[in-house]
Amino acid sequence: MKFLTTNFVRCPIKACDSSPDSFPLKFQDTTLIQEEQDFNPQFIAAMLERLDWPAVVSVASDLGNNSLPSLKPENISWEDQENSQLLKDLHTLLLETKIVEGKMVCRNCHHIFYIKESIANFLLPPHLAS
Amino acid sequence: MSRPEQIAPPEVFYNDSESFKYTNNSRVMKIQAQMTDRSLELLNLNNTSDLFLIDVGCGSGLSGEILTERGFQWVGLDISPSMLANGLDKEVEGDLFLSDIGNGIPFRAGTFDAGISISAIQWLCNADSSNADPKKRLLRFFNTLYSSLKRGGKFVAQFYPANDNQIEQITSSAKTAGFQGGIIVDDPESKKNKKHYLVLTAGVSERQINLKGVTIEQKNENSKLKSKSKRQVETRKEYINRKKELMTKRGKKVANDSKFTARKRRPKF
Repeated sequence: MKFLTTNFVRCPIKACDSSPDSFPLKFQDTTLIQEEQDFNPQFIAAMLERLDWPAVVSVASDLGNNSLPSLKPENISWEDQENSQLLKDLHTLLLETKIVEGKMVCRNCHHIFYIKESIANFLLPPHLAS
Repeated sequence: MSRPEQIAPPEVFYNDSESFKYTNNSRVMKIQAQMTDRSLELLNLNNTSDLFLIDVGCGSGLSGEILTERGFQWVGLDISPSMLANGLDKEVEGDLFLSDIGNGIPFRAGTFDAGISISAIQWLCNADSSNADPKKRLLRFFNTLYSSLKRGGKFVAQFYPANDNQIEQITSSAKTAGFQGGIIVDDPESKKNKKHYLVLTAGVSERQINLKGVTIEQKNENSKLKSKSKRQVETRKEYINRKKELMTKRGKKVANDSKFTARKRRPKF
């Protein structure tokens, strides 16, 4: 699972829908790999607007990276040469960093979802299925 | 025509051998590719590569590979582990999730620009276990899908309805969830090549759905049929009152209406 996706997944359990704690999930015991991807500055800039920056920072610290700035970089245009280094760094973080193994825990219901071979398992046991 | 939905639940039906067959069958691949292309045509996305898409029921990523070719980033959901394993073997670009769409799409609000789904949502119409209610599962699916799309987001799903009832079920759930849209039928004359596409928008979109070459059919309900279906839903009381009215019209003697008309006689009477 790409780091980018961690900024969007939430707990699928119906009871957690209305709880703000169901996002972001807490990541534990993770194994990461770096995988090279094509660099697409336009996509990164577009996604940057959509990212929930506090969630990015908190997931990054779950994964052992505490060096992110606490404020979201604003008004980034992908055509601007000045930003190319920033966008490249974001690209490395968001698209090239992958979680291969690990656990995701919902902060509201404490249900554990497992990631195996980079596939996250969101199947629910029958009593939690809506 | 064989219907896998009637054989077993999807996670059971698409076991290792069935997924392998499906993924490596050139005919299946060709049809899937055509349907994906058609869905993308209907979506009418602008050709920039900054869009984030969801593929519902991605399977082994046959449709996902086409999304990657077009330069889209995508996330895929499927319930069959074997299908996803085949996808992993093919090293598809998108992130794969093992998830039951009837339990909801596990993404926060406004995540995706658009979504596609190829030959998947008809599975939702089946109750595969005693505690599964297709109506609730459909509604849960469309509700969470609606919220995971951004405003103006579009969703096109190709599906194989078993009958008209399923079409009605699916469209009405989608409308209850807040979507606008309808069904497009390609090749309606052909029994074999007929394809149904559910086309939905969440709110008003800047770029409309591409409806080129589509003729819009007005539903003309037969009045005779209407009264027939009306009769099916009428209550016992309505039935008795209707019959009484008819009999008075014919000049028969009928008991006076009272508050006890059409009430059940209790055993104690």
